[in-house]
Amino acid sequence: MVLSRIAKVSLATVTILGLGVTTLSADTLSEVQKQGFVKCGVDGGLPGFSEVGSDGIYRGIDVDVCRAVAAATLGDAKKVKYVALNAKERLTALQSGEIDMLSRNTTWTETRDTSLGLNFAGVNYYDGQGFMVTKKLGVKSAKELDGASICLQTGTTTELNVADYFRTNKMKYKLVSYDTNDQVVKAYESGRCDVLTSDQSQLYGLRIKLAKPDESIVLPEVISKEPLGPVVRKGDGRWFDIVRWSFYAMLTAEEAGVTSANVDAMLKSDNPDVKRLLGAEGQMGENLGLKKDFAYQIIKQVGNYGESFERTVGQGSPLKIQRGYNALWTNGGLQYAPPFR
Amino acid sequence: MLALLRNQKIRGIIFQLLTVIGLVAFLWYIGANTVANIEQRGIQTGFGFLEGTAGFGIDQSPIPYTEENTHGRVFIVGLLNTMIIAAVGIVFSTIVGLLIGILRLSNNWLIAKLAKAYIDFFRNIPLLLQILFWYNVVLRAMPNPKQSYNFFDTIFINNRGLYFPQPEYNTTFFAILISFAVAFACVFVLNRWANRRKEATGKDFFVLPWGIALFLLFPALAYWIGGAQLHFSFPELRGFNFKGGKVLSPEFLALAFALTIYTATFIAEAVRSGIEAVSHGQKEAAASMGFSPYQSLKLVILPQAIRIAIPPIINQYLNLTKNSSLATAVGYPEIVTVFAGTSLNQVGQAIEIIAMTMLVYLIISLLVSALLNWFNHKMKIKER
Repeated sequence: MVLSRIAKVSLATVTILGLGVTTLSADTLSEVQKQGFVKCGVDGGLPGFSEVGSDGIYRGIDVDVCRAVAAATLGDAKKVKYVALNAKERLTALQSGEIDMLSRNTTWTETRDTSLGLNFAGVNYYDGQGFMVTKKLGVKSAKELDGASICLQTGTTTELNVADYFRTNKMKYKLVSYDTNDQVVKAYESGRCDVLTSDQSQLYGLRIKLAKPDESIVLPEVISKEPLGPVVRKGDGRWFDIVRWSFYAMLTAEEAGVTSANVDAMLKSDNPDVKRLLGAEGQMGENLGLKKDFAYQIIKQVGNYGESFERTVGQGSPLKIQRGYNALWTNGGLQYAPPFR
Repeated sequence: MLALLRNQKIRGIIFQLLTVIGLVAFLWYIGANTVANIEQRGIQTGFGFLEGTAGFGIDQSPIPYTEENTHGRVFIVGLLNTMIIAAVGIVFSTIVGLLIGILRLSNNWLIAKLAKAYIDFFRNIPLLLQILFWYNVVLRAMPNPKQSYNFFDTIFINNRGLYFPQPEYNTTFFAILISFAVAFACVFVLNRWANRRKEATGKDFFVLPWGIALFLLFPALAYWIGGAQLHFSFPELRGFNFKGGKVLSPEFLALAFALTIYTATFIAEAVRSGIEAVSHGQKEAAASMGFSPYQSLKLVILPQAIRIAIPPIINQYLNLTKNSSLATAVGYPEIVTVFAGTSLNQVGQAIEIIAMTMLVYLIISLLVSALLNWFNHKMKIKER
């Protein structure tokens, strides 16, 4: 009696342990459709990019990429489960399968693309690193920062760029690094450091978090290229394509003049580009393993890239960032989607 | 067959065997799974990254470090910083803990209650909160470098840290350093001799004045022999920050302070329990022999109390060392912050890096526990 009970218990234990460590699925799409939501890694505390509002809803240009993927794969942009990650955790979280995709102002670099088992699916924001200082210091250029204490977020390309920049310009600096942007801002405000460095877009975002935003200025120098974009795991080509083309659908929509407001009217358009985009013609959705109207859902629920940009970081937001490099190629910017055909 | 199973001894062996097989199968499964997943993703493996350039700066390092050094060097820097914070924490928490533990048993009502209040308060607040609290206190309460608290133009305190003069490492400096060691050794020997003489003849010999004389004489001699070239680099406000001198960062100070305050409460309790475990008769016997309270504490109670208190205290040392990894909350560059944090993020090889970091703590803990066993063996009552 006792014997068989022990045997049963040990058998059950072994089974549970075995189930606990299932192999990572290489088919993220089926996984997402089965669980009914997209698990998307975001920052969660960065105005304009991904921030939780007082109503508990995530908003931002990075969040919109998550929503676009949810709209494309599940037909509902709200079916996203956000996971707030700091810079140190984000890549490991994606590698280990804790999230389905990462959309967290992550810089596309050679090392990250090749050696970490990750793939960058595109660039949803072209950025560059800058410096923010208090006006009191009287500093006009980054070249005058010799000997300064610099606060930054650890685990980023930022800390590598700073090291390079100061070395190249033969200047010394004191590094003070923290895990999260909130800590960085607090330390900067309390005077622990003279300079806060990060991607320029973030500097504007973090500046509005300060108690007295007017007392700080962003220096003119941009010391690096920071193409930020969504990231997926290597080894799942279809999921990679879905994330990439969900974003390209937003770009293509802007280029073709399709917005969330006119997308229903556009369904009747004669323009072949628009017809292919919205699924009236061609096999675009099927090629990705999605429904014909995946791009329609994205545009209807999330909007095109221009709408998303203006709403989150542009004129419709407190950040008021100009399109700059992030304008469409037709307007002299870098945002360019391969053709939808 | 059934008869075999009914044999308790054989049954025991069978179950042990099954457990081992189950465990091995489980570990093997996890290992194989990990390897398969890593290969599928094309994630780099191996320890080659240790030779790769780190590329990021570290603010505080006991050894020379620049951005051009390797991740291997980052590991060493992190390890040394961990050991520094642990050593500082252990020394100070022992002093504070011992003091509070004894005060807790004081006959003075107010002192005893204050000590108890201190223990109850700090022991029951999570350490992480305390670290963050002290860090913010340091940052908020201290002025900026231009308005530093200035002590005779040599020591400065501001929200960038505590600045003090640093001697140049030349012959004179090392001669003085050695002279201190020699003086220390001399006092040690002298003390032993005095004790022996007292045991043999009953005559007192006061070591203290001689000790002070030695500690003054030897360094003075060394200064003269070493070339009389002792120079200090003084901290001086230039540009944004102080240059020259040595600095203890707010991160280090907050962490050391919080670790000390927190761990001292546990040490105080260990000391108290040790003292209370000594039979009351011992104290009465000491008193009836005319020992003063101080003598009875030093010669009768403490030697017996230490035997009981040492194991839990050493456990607290281990805890303190492991707790130092909470430094990551304030950015003090110890091993978890720089190696398992920044390096991990730059190279992305979580398994190797976390394994190395775990191994560090494991080795430190095993070393300390070996030390503890040896000490216990040495201290236990010798039965003859």
